[in-house]
Amino acid sequence: MAEPLLSLRALVKRFGGLLATDEVGLDLAAGELHALIGPNGAGKTTLLAQIAGNLAPDSGAILFEERDIVALGQHRRVAAGIARSHQITSLFGPLSVLDNLALAVQARSGSSLSFWRPLGAETRLFDEARALAELIGLGERTALRADTLSHGEQRVLEVGLALATRPRLLLLDEPMAGLGPDETARMIALIERVRAGITVLLVEHDMDAVFRLAERISVLVGGRVIASGAPAAIRADGEVRRAYLGDELAA
Amino acid sequence: MSWVLLFEQSLNGLQFGLMLFLLAAGLTLVFGIMDMINLAHGSLYMLGAFFAAALVEATGSFLAGVLLAVPATALAGMMLERALLRRLYARDHLSQVLATFALILVLNETVRIVWGSDRPLALPAALSGPVELLSGLFYPSYRLLIIAVGLAVALLLHLLVGYTRLGMWVRAGAANREMALAMGVNIGTLFTAVFGIGAALCAVAGALLAPLLAVQVGMGENILIVAFVVIVIGGIGSIRGAFVGALLVGAVDTMGRTLLPIALGAFLPPQFASAAGPALASVAIYVLMAGVLFFKPQGLFPARA
Amino acid sequence: MRTIPVLLFAAFAIALPLALAAGGQLFYVGFASRVLIYALAATSLNLVLGYGGMVSFGHAAFVGAGAYTASILLAEGIATAWVGWPAAMLVAALLALAFGAISLRTRGVYFIMITLAFAQMMFYLSNSIKAYGGDEGLTLPRRADFGLGIDLANEIVFYYVALALLGAALYALARLAGSRFGRAILAIRVNEARAEAIGFPVRRYKLLCFVVGGAVGGLAGALLASHGKYVNPNVFHWTQSGTLMIMVILGGVGRLWGGVLGAGALLGLEHLIAEVRIDWLAALAPNYAQHANLGVGLVLLAVVLFAPRGLADLFTRRRDG
Repeated sequence: MAEPLLSLRALVKRFGGLLATDEVGLDLAAGELHALIGPNGAGKTTLLAQIAGNLAPDSGAILFEERDIVALGQHRRVAAGIARSHQITSLFGPLSVLDNLALAVQARSGSSLSFWRPLGAETRLFDEARALAELIGLGERTALRADTLSHGEQRVLEVGLALATRPRLLLLDEPMAGLGPDETARMIALIERVRAGITVLLVEHDMDAVFRLAERISVLVGGRVIASGAPAAIRADGEVRRAYLGDELAA
Repeated sequence: MSWVLLFEQSLNGLQFGLMLFLLAAGLTLVFGIMDMINLAHGSLYMLGAFFAAALVEATGSFLAGVLLAVPATALAGMMLERALLRRLYARDHLSQVLATFALILVLNETVRIVWGSDRPLALPAALSGPVELLSGLFYPSYRLLIIAVGLAVALLLHLLVGYTRLGMWVRAGAANREMALAMGVNIGTLFTAVFGIGAALCAVAGALLAPLLAVQVGMGENILIVAFVVIVIGGIGSIRGAFVGALLVGAVDTMGRTLLPIALGAFLPPQFASAAGPALASVAIYVLMAGVLFFKPQGLFPARA
Repeated sequence: MRTIPVLLFAAFAIALPLALAAGGQLFYVGFASRVLIYALAATSLNLVLGYGGMVSFGHAAFVGAGAYTASILLAEGIATAWVGWPAAMLVAALLALAFGAISLRTRGVYFIMITLAFAQMMFYLSNSIKAYGGDEGLTLPRRADFGLGIDLANEIVFYYVALALLGAALYALARLAGSRFGRAILAIRVNEARAEAIGFPVRRYKLLCFVVGGAVGGLAGALLASHGKYVNPNVFHWTQSGTLMIMVILGGVGRLWGGVLGAGALLGLEHLIAEVRIDWLAALAPNYAQHANLGVGLVLLAVVLFAPRGLADLFTRRRDG
């Protein structure tokens, strides 16, 4: 491939005696939708957290657009174009859907060191927030408090907040978590709708969704990448079946 | 700088540290297990001192007065917990601050009404003289008693927390309250017991220190802050942390007051040294705390992972 | 900000000293000035605590720094408020920058404790600076010079100056709350992790909020020292931080008028219990007034147990989180 958008080199992360990330190497091409799968406790969220900037790796490099970003704090990575959604929904609960999205747009669009001018006057900001709400399917729900939304709507808003920052790399941490079949279908449709021009790293347990969406798949077991490649190859890989997929796939 | 002075100051530091430990242990448990900021903890210390002063006067015996002051204060503490403080566990920290701050006002004034603004408590005659530890090295026998009692109580606490069922519940609660609840620990009784133990510890410290410091309304506020510094350094919820933190703070504070002016005097002209010395010594423990938190933002031995 | 209550308050505040003076109660004008100054101090803490979500228990450090800066300058001969008061704000801001940079590395109760300890540090430091009074404090020969024909020695004039400054601070706070920075701070307060995750430089913004609060606290300190013509180390004591915090909690954390209502309520309550004769209480205990704090404490306990959201909630409904 051409220079990868994201390149993880020999990433290591320890928690006391536990080796959560074990010399992980991974390359993401620009524009691809790459899924990261593996059993619970394999270290998927830990890996995502290191890419997003929530956790600092003990050693290794994270190259984003050929620049090592390990030293950058999370908010700087957002400015650089990396955004994440969370496995456990994390929204601005008491604020409306519109205000939630508007905050993310505000963070992206220039400095917030403005102390006098009322935010309400920035119509462009709120127009963009409204457009985003439409895009993620919450166009009719903009006035509602985020913590009054249904679980499925909250998961959608969770992804929407990440999208609002106009990322080049979108890290989705189990967006389907806790969703029923209808909501899952809507989430898959949403991801397909918005992924144009964005590189996506998707952590998921829902194998149907993974094989529908992913162009390439990597399998993480015990903090190590044991296999990486096209979906068909992963499905057929003996080691992967033994370690993880065996009971996930229908025979 | 004589060795005698150094030795004496070390013992003073140990004594101060051990008394601080008694205060800090109760405070860190309440904080760690009940997640409650109790600004009125120093008031229990004050109650202990006043009870001791009043009971010594009433019974005519130092020993009886001090021994009775401990359960009296523990009882008062537990009554306070049942009547008022347990309503605060579920509340946010700010409400706890407001309530316990108000409690300080109420307790201070109540003590003032019952006993007046201060009460004298003299050293017991048997212990008012010095003891010769090594040839030529004298140290006040009462302070030695404090050190002995402090160490004994620390050992008792260690045994209680480490080797009894109650202690096991306490440790579980400090490490993970929700889990302890889920495992069926009787929270109500446990909390009252923990509070009672904390009050008893305060009473021991208050009663023992009463002859050395002035027994007066408001004596709790000044020592409370130092106790908070100790548990922040040691790690909230950790008795081991409270012990190490208390000894550290006791040492730094005592030695600082003696050594810093001398050390500064070696470098600076005398008028600066005599002004800067006490100033720096008084902030030494805060610099210590800032330093510890810089490297370990959760203290030296955080109880929770 | 609803216009009618604001206008009513402004009208009341403007008319008050004139009415008091006419009634021969000039002492109460001085008392009202103290309320205004504490309202300013409490409002500055409200910015940090209520809007910023930072439970700072050491705000007295900045109020005290302002008080001492203005006093020392005045004692050294620099009497003009146009130097003294901005200098007070600057020193308080620098102190807040230093303390905040360290404290904001911690969270939760550790943050509360370290801010508390920093203020106590200032208390002990000021106690040992003998040149400016040590533990006895510093008495000032007079109040600051304001120039422009405004004589601060006149109680009524001082009151209006304090009122103007408080009004300006409240207006600025209202604008700030609606601005980009205000919304960012709100986001940080509601969900700090999420705010960072959408790209706000959280620690920088919290520090800025902390510093601005400290600076305004310093101004309140300068006013306090000037008004009473006296400053002593107790201005740094943690119980002073506690008093300010009580005012904010009482008045309504994060509500625009929280500081004002809280200061008015607490100082009014203290004064009421100490000065106004309650006959049935006097029959029980003739010298009850000496124990005014008991009454204050009991009222505060009642508030925390039965009216947890503070007084501002009684007047206006909460709009958002």
